Amino acid sequence: MIDSKIPPGPIQEKWTQYKASCRLINPANRRKYRVIVVGTGLAGSSCAASLSELGFQVEVFTFHESPRRAHSVAAQGGINAAKDYKNDGDSIWRMFYDTVKGGDFRSREANVYRMAECSLALIDQAVAQGVPFAREYSGYLSNRSFGGVQVSRTFYARGQTGQQLLQGAYQALMRQSQIGNVRLHTRHEMMDLWVEEGKAKGIVARNLDTGEIKLHVADAVVLATGGYGKIYYLSTLAMNCNASAIWRAHKQGAFFAAPSWTQFHPTSLPQMGDYQSKLTLMSESLRNDGRIWVPIKSGDNRPPHEIPEEERDYYLERKYPSYGNLAPRDISSRAAKEQIDNGHGVGPMNNAVYLDFKDAINRDGKTAIEKRYGNLFYMYKKITGMDAFKEPMLISPSAHFSMGGLWVDYELMSNLEGLFVLGEANFADHGANRLGANSLLQACVDGYFISPHTIMNYLAGEKPIEDPKPELSHEIIDTNQKRLDNLLAIQGNKTAEEFHKELGKILYNKCGLIREKQTLLKAKTELKNLRDSFYKELLVPKGSSLNFELEKAARMEDYLELAQLIVEDALQREESCGAHFRAEHQTPDGEAKRNDNEFQFVSVWEILENGNHNLHKEHLDFESIKVSERSYK
Amino acid sequence: MNLTLKIWRQKNQSDKGGFKEYKVSDISKDMSFLEMLDVLNEQLSDKGEDPVHFDHDCREGICGMCSLHINGKPHGPLQTTTCQLHMRSFNDGETITIEPWRATAFPVMKDLVVDRSSFDRIIQAGGYVSVNTGGVPDANEIPIPKRIADEAFDAATCIGCGACVAACKNASAMLFTSAKISQLAMLPQGQVERKERAEKMIAQMDAEGFGACTNTGACSAECPKGISLTNIARMNREYFSAVVSSENV
Repeated sequence: MIDSKIPPGPIQEKWTQYKASCRLINPANRRKYRVIVVGTGLAGSSCAASLSELGFQVEVFTFHESPRRAHSVAAQGGINAAKDYKNDGDSIWRMFYDTVKGGDFRSREANVYRMAECSLALIDQAVAQGVPFAREYSGYLSNRSFGGVQVSRTFYARGQTGQQLLQGAYQALMRQSQIGNVRLHTRHEMMDLWVEEGKAKGIVARNLDTGEIKLHVADAVVLATGGYGKIYYLSTLAMNCNASAIWRAHKQGAFFAAPSWTQFHPTSLPQMGDYQSKLTLMSESLRNDGRIWVPIKSGDNRPPHEIPEEERDYYLERKYPSYGNLAPRDISSRAAKEQIDNGHGVGPMNNAVYLDFKDAINRDGKTAIEKRYGNLFYMYKKITGMDAFKEPMLISPSAHFSMGGLWVDYELMSNLEGLFVLGEANFADHGANRLGANSLLQACVDGYFISPHTIMNYLAGEKPIEDPKPELSHEIIDTNQKRLDNLLAIQGNKTAEEFHKELGKILYNKCGLIREKQTLLKAKTELKNLRDSFYKELLVPKGSSLNFELEKAARMEDYLELAQLIVEDALQREESCGAHFRAEHQTPDGEAKRNDNEFQFVSVWEILENGNHNLHKEHLDFESIKVSERSYK
Repeated sequence: MNLTLKIWRQKNQSDKGGFKEYKVSDISKDMSFLEMLDVLNEQLSDKGEDPVHFDHDCREGICGMCSLHINGKPHGPLQTTTCQLHMRSFNDGETITIEPWRATAFPVMKDLVVDRSSFDRIIQAGGYVSVNTGGVPDANEIPIPKRIADEAFDAATCIGCGACVAACKNASAMLFTSAKISQLAMLPQGQVERKERAEKMIAQMDAEGFGACTNTGACSAECPKGISLTNIARMNREYFSAVVSSENV
């Protein structure tokens, strides 16, 4: 049932061979095919622009007012590429290995190799577009190091690499909407997937300004709708990030893979109060120069400068001497939580650890540090009112990236034919933990270099679609309209936001950084109760045109369903791997303990008619590298 | 803190709209301005009133979604985005006036939400390097002196929020347009289309109904990303040299 369609041959040859043998469509015939792209982040914009450049008709949908607002914009630190400009021993192979190991051997080898392989061309592409990466005085590109690796392969654009890369992709998209075949539908939210004879053939979208719901048909549908870490309410994600597009597709039959694998970013700002709506991310690049520590004595409330060196625990350097402060994200986050849980937390709510730049400032001077991280220090000051040049930053882990997502094969196609899923919305490349600066890369590579080939290969076997019979489209439009009407009709006394906060608390406490069978079972009951009360107590102000509360409520409804699957997934996986840490499965020194004999597979969930889920397993075969214990000591 | 909020309410584009006063209490000084509005909206929802619609998304100062004219200044008293403005910038008992961006080219959709698609159309007119996916040289084959790369970067930091337009008495979009023209005019990748780009983007900017520039500098002073007025000077130069040597007679 699960066919990942990995091409035969040695891993270095797979993608070349695939491209050499995939089907093509004559340029004159390409304009007969229409592709819908949902989402305009890096993956969506780059895919839409690239398809239009090839001559396909592209219909682009985003709920944002402009494609440039997509959340790729917020990625700070950088993008990885195995260019080896630094002569420090980097190669495609090393990057591939680092990524598979970083993902705790729970990703698909062939996909990861391809991502590393395509990383080279991506940097070239971005530079050609005018993306202003950091440069040395020679005029050549500069690199830095990121967590989980020992080379410097990260290209960066101050602290706003995502913004600059997205500008490149957005501009390419805008150019195509001017000269090419792109039609933009901004302020449109995807409500449902249109499936005909088992194939994705369009979407139902709602115009957020007018409330009008319409069916849009196409020969293929691309979902590039990002991650769902916002399900935890407090997260590094934008307020409007949601799982609705992929969840709706899931309900139409697309398999969902590894839903519980969510990465907690180790360097976000801690929660300061109950009113808080998000946790701001501080780029992981800070860990290149910052040293993480907590007081050795638990409950030590002295200000940081009064705690002498010998009473500080630089726990990452102590536990992982070879990677130190650059240990991968899952490990760093869990280590921080451990310190906080054991009473070593610092800051007003005792929920943070220190990230200290004192030594780096003494070593390199304030000017050098300011040059490297100036805007991050400035941002930190604006939010917290504290000066990181004078006292250490307060940081804590927070929900960040979804390694899980819709299941896709090597062609980035779902089990539903004609449905392609790109970027964070799919599950493919990061295994159980994503390495820093690999998410921008995956989004770009999926959009610019992979999907244009695989989508053309698919379309070559399809006859261009005709508009559907009106009675068919009425039915699906009515269903979706009814769904919103029902939410509006509840008229209880709790807003979607309040439900979201409660949902977030349940997930953080019971299915967050550390999971355990008993608490997961409790979460299951609590989630069911929360969902029941949602249908009794939800309050949405009336109004079917522009109504932000209605948008939130619909997304919330999907989150409540997804949350149940997340817990189910975490329960089923009786091992610890990457970001998924089950307290029952750890080594004597508290590290994650995988169970390769029983769990060397990706959990792939199919939804049944009655709403229950059926588990399929995609076994992971490692032909090119040896599966080993993941150690950063 | 206890505050009085004077907020612009407008049902839709054709509604005339007007100010309405609200009270909020127990506001923490560590809240962001938008979190303070969240509190108000919870309050309104509980009373069965329509919450105040305002644009926001990333809440970390980079997506360009949030707007708001606060006490007569775009993004409020600090040179930052509204999401990065905290209540410690205000005093207990204060009355805060909150309006949408005011500009012909930014029609109000509802309450504080405006339509900024005119910015997209300016970029559409030429704010890019016309390069297709694939077939480009190795990244290090285009060395760019650090000084120039840094200056281009400064221009590229524009987040397209529209504060420049809102700050300008003429509702001019010169700072926004010039930032993109500057970035690409400075970089070697942007040279081929340099003249055409300046002409087309400026023509679109005018067609959208943005006003002219009278060198007041309010745009740059209010820009949350500190985009420099030099970009406007550079754009004027680019435009001038484009028109005098134009092949489109």
